Amino acid sequence: MAGTAALAAVVALSACGAKTNSGSTSDKAAQADTSGDTIKVGLLNSLSGTMAISEVTVRDSLKLAIDEINASGGVLGKKIKPISEDGASDWPTFAEKASKLIKEDRVAATFGCWTSASRKAVKPVFEKNRSLLFYPVQYEGLEESPYIFYTGATTNQQIVPALDYLKSQGKKKIYLVGSDYVFPRTANKEIKAYAKANGMTVLGEDYAPLGSTEFSTIANKVKASKADAVFNTLNGDSNVAFFKEYKSAGLTATRMPVVSVSIAEEEVKSIGSQYLAGQLTAWNYYQTTPGAANTTFVKAYKAKYGQDKPTSDPMEAAYTSVYLWKAMVEKAKSFDPEKVKAASDGITFEAPEGKVTVDGASQHIYKTARIGKVGTDGLIQEVWNSGKPIKPDPFLKGYSWASGLS
Amino acid sequence: MTTTTPQVPSVKQLRSPKGRLTFLRPAAGFAAAAVALFAVAPLALSDFRLGLLAKYLCTAMVAVGICLAWGRGGLLTLGQGVFFGLGGYAMAMHLKIADAGPGQVPDFMQLYGTATELPWWWRPFANPVFALAATVLLPMAVAAILGSFVFRRRVKGAYFAILSQALAAAFAIWLVGQQATTGGTNGLTDIQGFFGYDLDDPVNQRMVYFVIATVLLLLIALARQLIHSRYGELLVAVRDSEERVRFLGYNPANVKLVAYVVAAGMAGLAGALFVPAVGIISPALIGIVPSIELVIGAAVGGRASLVGAVLGAIAVAWARTALSEEFPAAWTYFQGLLFIVALAFLPGGLASLVGIVRRRRASRAPEGEAA
Repeated sequence: MAGTAALAAVVALSACGAKTNSGSTSDKAAQADTSGDTIKVGLLNSLSGTMAISEVTVRDSLKLAIDEINASGGVLGKKIKPISEDGASDWPTFAEKASKLIKEDRVAATFGCWTSASRKAVKPVFEKNRSLLFYPVQYEGLEESPYIFYTGATTNQQIVPALDYLKSQGKKKIYLVGSDYVFPRTANKEIKAYAKANGMTVLGEDYAPLGSTEFSTIANKVKASKADAVFNTLNGDSNVAFFKEYKSAGLTATRMPVVSVSIAEEEVKSIGSQYLAGQLTAWNYYQTTPGAANTTFVKAYKAKYGQDKPTSDPMEAAYTSVYLWKAMVEKAKSFDPEKVKAASDGITFEAPEGKVTVDGASQHIYKTARIGKVGTDGLIQEVWNSGKPIKPDPFLKGYSWASGLS
Repeated sequence: MTTTTPQVPSVKQLRSPKGRLTFLRPAAGFAAAAVALFAVAPLALSDFRLGLLAKYLCTAMVAVGICLAWGRGGLLTLGQGVFFGLGGYAMAMHLKIADAGPGQVPDFMQLYGTATELPWWWRPFANPVFALAATVLLPMAVAAILGSFVFRRRVKGAYFAILSQALAAAFAIWLVGQQATTGGTNGLTDIQGFFGYDLDDPVNQRMVYFVIATVLLLLIALARQLIHSRYGELLVAVRDSEERVRFLGYNPANVKLVAYVVAAGMAGLAGALFVPAVGIISPALIGIVPSIELVIGAAVGGRASLVGAVLGAIAVAWARTALSEEFPAAWTYFQGLLFIVALAFLPGGLASLVGIVRRRRASRAPEGEAA
């Protein structure tokens, strides 16, 4: 009865939908709402769930940039109105909220996402609706979406320089420890390819589930391996447990340094500098990075959110992303994503990390790689930098050892 | 468009102790649901909101199965995410293969895997008939194997619930570990087409919604049929006193197994339809937490009542969206509060309100109709 009627309706309706590969895909780019004297942008971050601790700081940083821009007159004469949505550390929720921001709120651009899984979940949403996402976190590379601007580091701006640094320090035998998800697994694949081509040996590779706090076995394996250094791609809470076990296994920064790519100032604070002092990190920005732009940023952030709040690389990349979008919009004289994209190449900004330039072709940005050492005060001091911003190379095309990766 | 033709009531229905009109109530309920799903919702909601409703209806399908297995059979199924995931992955694997085109491997395999050709266990899913059948039969087969093992050994209560949870956790962890062939934590994303129809097109999204709504109604009808059959009575008997049923000569293990397997099939179908509606299936949807969330919807609505479980699942999913849009930073507290209030004051779920009201009325008028 009801079912049959419904089936009939389905059959009738299915007749009018577009087929795949028919070339007649709907040409409905979501129209941003540009009426009125404000322009809406989306902030899509996890405000609940396991990622909230990190992503809330990114949201705060985005709000700081928006406030500053509004105080100085807005973008194209319009004040920015942020619409914040909670991705809830859940990838399908990210996709749902991205759609809501684009279709219901009709935002001009969206800023946010942290994990690669959340980015992969929203990528088709932004592509289908032709709306822009600014993604502020370092990631594993091997991606170039026409509707995403990547303002965090890609592999050749973070992991490759970190490996170069280890090599220059004579660390030939390395051990890989990571969380079990896409970023560490992909990064380790790249690290193994690098090691093979550069005469380094990978003694072991271990993964722990995200959020795992059981590291005694891994710490003992690392110790038994007698590696020169550990490359750590653990994320979140697991780092606390890992470094405690590392210390109790009798391993120290001088004996076997750990290079981490997901530990920034915020994490140092929660892990405790007594466990981390002397260990290495690889980023593009530290709270201690010299320069007037950073002094202003750190001061403004602390004034708004509290003196005890550190600033970190993803926060800086998020802050920078809003200014880059503003510059692109002003160059394009339009909020239209296609025009903004077309105007993006060569846009520069004096960011807290130093001067950054947008590479229009890959929609990544030129960034300076910086290796840092954690101090006893919880801040990270730079021990090496690449001298100049490195051109983004998400598919590692410029590296012969990476030819088999993608 | 969905007027139900009045049927001649059967003798049994006419003799029903509750009165002559009982047979009309479910029919009227179905008609109302059909009108709401097929006429009101598509007209009243934007494409985006209708897409969300499609997603809620998928959780409602799982709730139908939970109502049967838990509400009627007393099996606290805290691992329905596994069956939802099996159905979802079976569907998504087929759609990914179809998207990639002949001779190609899905995008994520090119990125994370070394695979230049499909792994052997992916290959059968290239066949649409196999994939469609697998979305339902695979979860049912897993449930049958697991269930016959567990119920024969008379594992029940909390032990059964813990076992279900462990299975959900293990399945999610396994999927995450197999990044090259399952997409790892990312899951299978960026699904473009649904059996040749472009999911980008709002018309096709609407079609997916109608398919989901139809399937949900059919599942409700099926579950209702089961509940009101002799089997349904036996199931409740097993729930309330397993030993007594055994002494009567029935094997309670088989009775439970049927409910468990049917619930698994429904969860699998829900997972399969979730994929074209949302475009993603990932381990985040099938672990312990999502499995509990699926049960919570049914519990809030009333696990023993089909209508209660279905509406509860939809309401909880809707509340999640509405609260998180309104209070992005604090919605989880409200959601938690809602569950606590609902379960503390209405342990039988919202559906028990009807019974409570009716009993009150009955106690006021002892000779009233509703007694």
